[in-house]
Amino acid sequence: MVDTFQFTPKINLEFTIREKDFFLAGESASRVKKTLQQLGMEQEIIKRIAIIIYEAAMNVAIHASHGMLRVFISPEAITIETEDAGGGIPDVDLAMREGYSTATHEIREMGFGAGMGLPNIKQCADELKIDSKVGTGTLLQATVYFTNWQEKH
Amino acid sequence: MKVGELASAFGLEVLTGSVNLDREIQAGYTSDLLSDVIANIEENAVWITIQRHINILGVAKLKDIAAILIPRNLQLDQEVIDKACTESIAILRGGLSAFELSGLLYDALKRG
Repeated sequence: MVDTFQFTPKINLEFTIREKDFFLAGESASRVKKTLQQLGMEQEIIKRIAIIIYEAAMNVAIHASHGMLRVFISPEAITIETEDAGGGIPDVDLAMREGYSTATHEIREMGFGAGMGLPNIKQCADELKIDSKVGTGTLLQATVYFTNWQEKH
Repeated sequence: MKVGELASAFGLEVLTGSVNLDREIQAGYTSDLLSDVIANIEENAVWITIQRHINILGVAKLKDIAAILIPRNLQLDQEVIDKACTESIAILRGGLSAFELSGLLYDALKRG
């Protein structure tokens, strides 16, 4: 692990995501990536975190009217959280399945909604929690630890 | 190989002026699914895609892509080109299909 990072204090970042504002959602991922690079974090971990943030933020932009993206960075781990006011996920297991998507035709034509978002997040995260209520919204929390990736794979 | 060299070697149109022409290309990737690109494209790659909406720039920025290459002379909105210039992302365009451009790029990268 990179020494400079171990001594940084806890850092929290927060972004508002609005419906169909894909550029801003992508931009937030870029900004977090830059912050992590400045902290001197390992490239491989940054890559995984960037994928999680991008996909989680896109899910909010695609499926919800608005939501928050929060990033909690501690010396041991990074947690990416999205909380949205969307329709909720009726069947989380089904939503986790690669290729399954409820995105509209219009969204798919733009190259989103391929049913790869949640599977991508799961693959990159050490821990993934999804708490969803139909008609209310979804809380997603993905955590990446800075030590055990190699043990897991 | 640099972005500018690739453009002249294959007669590609450069839509973003002098942006990133000196950038070194190390890889290539062809896909129109943004999740696939986010997960699998390498760094310093040329990304070949028919997607032309503004969100491709978010992907390009996040993945530190060397250049976006649009096949079949497909049209882009000026808004996207302007934004690419602001964000320092090079956009190239060629008359060939994505398949053919991928083949050319693959050969060029293999030769080094």
